[in-house]
Amino acid sequence: MAYSTKVLDHYSNPRNVGSLDKNSAEVGTGLVGAPECGDVMKLQIKVNPATNIIEDAKFKTFGCGSAIASSSLATEWVKGKTVDEALTIRNTDIVKELSLPPVKIHCSVLAEDAIRAAIGDWKKKNGQHSQPQAQPVEQRA
Amino acid sequence: MSTNVISGNGNNDVKLPIYMDNHATTRTDPRVVEEMLPYFTEKFGNAASRNHEFGWVAEQAVEQARERIAKLIGATSKEIIFTSGATESNNLAIKGVAEMYKEKGNHIITQAIEHKAVLDTCKRLEKYGFRVTYLPVQKDGRIDLDDLKRAMDDKTILVTIMTANNEIGALQPIREIGALCHERGVLFHTDAVQAIGKVPFNVIQDNVDLASLTAHKLYGPKGVGGLYVRRKNPRVQLVAQIDGGGHERGMRSGTLNVPGIVGFGKACALASEGMAEEAVKLAALRDRLKDAIMGQLDEVYINGSVEHRLPGNLNISFAYVEGESLLMGINDIAVSSGSACTSATLEPSYVLKALGAGDDLAHSSIRFGLGRFNTQAEVDYVAERVVDTVKRLRELSPLYEMAKEGIDLTKVQWAAEPTH
Ligand SMILES: Cc1ncc(COP(=O)(O)O)c(C=O)c1O
Ligand code: FES
Repeated sequence: MAYSTKVLDHYSNPRNVGSLDKNSAEVGTGLVGAPECGDVMKLQIKVNPATNIIEDAKFKTFGCGSAIASSSLATEWVKGKTVDEALTIRNTDIVKELSLPPVKIHCSVLAEDAIRAAIGDWKKKNGQHSQPQAQPVEQRA
Repeated sequence: MSTNVISGNGNNDVKLPIYMDNHATTRTDPRVVEEMLPYFTEKFGNAASRNHEFGWVAEQAVEQARERIAKLIGATSKEIIFTSGATESNNLAIKGVAEMYKEKGNHIITQAIEHKAVLDTCKRLEKYGFRVTYLPVQKDGRIDLDDLKRAMDDKTILVTIMTANNEIGALQPIREIGALCHERGVLFHTDAVQAIGKVPFNVIQDNVDLASLTAHKLYGPKGVGGLYVRRKNPRVQLVAQIDGGGHERGMRSGTLNVPGIVGFGKACALASEGMAEEAVKLAALRDRLKDAIMGQLDEVYINGSVEHRLPGNLNISFAYVEGESLLMGINDIAVSSGSACTSATLEPSYVLKALGAGDDLAHSSIRFGLGRFNTQAEVDYVAERVVDTVKRLRELSPLYEMAKEGIDLTKVQWAAEPTH
């Protein structure tokens, strides 16, 4: 498979890899995908409560190179946006930016889902209307 | 494909890309190519031409090749039928026996991790009214002989079980399988493609009645193979699957691929001479690779038996790393990958699934196939690249992080996938 230069760049130098404190009220966490499907994306945002601006974003992705690139790009894009602005990011924007082929569109869908899930989680924590989004429930073993 | 030379570990240079996929195919040995060349040009005759020198020269070359191949597997030259490769040999052996012995019985036994050329042939026979038992394999990739005994009944005409598996290198207990078959008057076919020239294989000692062979897995050319068909104790008969001029004693019509056959013969002669030494070298390289990877990474698992294994095979699963991203990180190394789970781009491996490897979430596996032309410097380079890539991807992996936090991934309720 031939990868676009942008995918290769994000794969080799992923931006904003890491984790934020998921228990903090300012942090929203989205965890989407499933290991059986070959992809799991975790995207976290840290929101300034005064301005609703996303000040930090981190991700970790288990998935193909395009999934890694999509989530890396998503963290770059949400940073500096308000929560509502971030919700306007569409997977098609990611597809365009990374020149993803049709078989890889689902990787970008996952990234959009991850943004929505993270924002939904943050809203729920902060008593706002949450997105109608299924959230994974982590159960301690 | 562009190649460039880069410095590997220390002062040994390695040429990229590195080929470590010798179960898929092997490079034709230059000594083999050299011996083949005249049979394209001045010695181009048809081995079936009985009236002139061109034909006789070709026939003589074919007969010499037949002897060399027979010698490698402990057969006599009359017991070797030339084919286009092991796919055809498997088809001929299984369909040919089924058709010949259908009055005697309609039951065939095989096992879960055969090559598709065997499995799909068996599936087709099921459509024609044959009954096929697919034995499971144990965690090490070998069948349980008790399962085989239980599966045999008075309608069983054929057992077909490979000598060595092409993905995990597991060696089946073929000698014991053959003995069981012979006790019961059942024919034993084995797909010996991955084993010949790599590990000792002898049709008499191993109680084999039919064996599929191919040249391109042992440094011979592609598109030429053979089928060993036992001529006594018992004498095996086949119904031909290709009709025509009656070549190969009527069992396989079609003008012989003389240069290919010459190459196949030379490859077998080289294997007869050098196999013992080469097996030691390959096992040492393989173990060096294994030790380097296992020594530097946690949660990596070897698929298939460690003890009963082809010397050049290493098949490792890496937990919490996705297969395609792993291959992307080692894109200057030619290996084969299978994920035990479904990813959008990599097919899950039915072989690994049969071992139960698919039961654990989120593993990806790499098959390293070492061969005659691999060097220690290449092994060191490959180990380094694999270890670096896996470490990097695990830094990126939410699953690795969760596992390290003590979360049982099988107990997490994952969000529904939108598109799968
Ligand atoms: C175990 C096994 N059987 C059969 C085959 C098919 O052989 P050929 O490529 O000669 O048709 C292969 C290789 O692809 C193999 O590994
Ligand atoms: S994450 Fe499924 S193919 Fe990219």
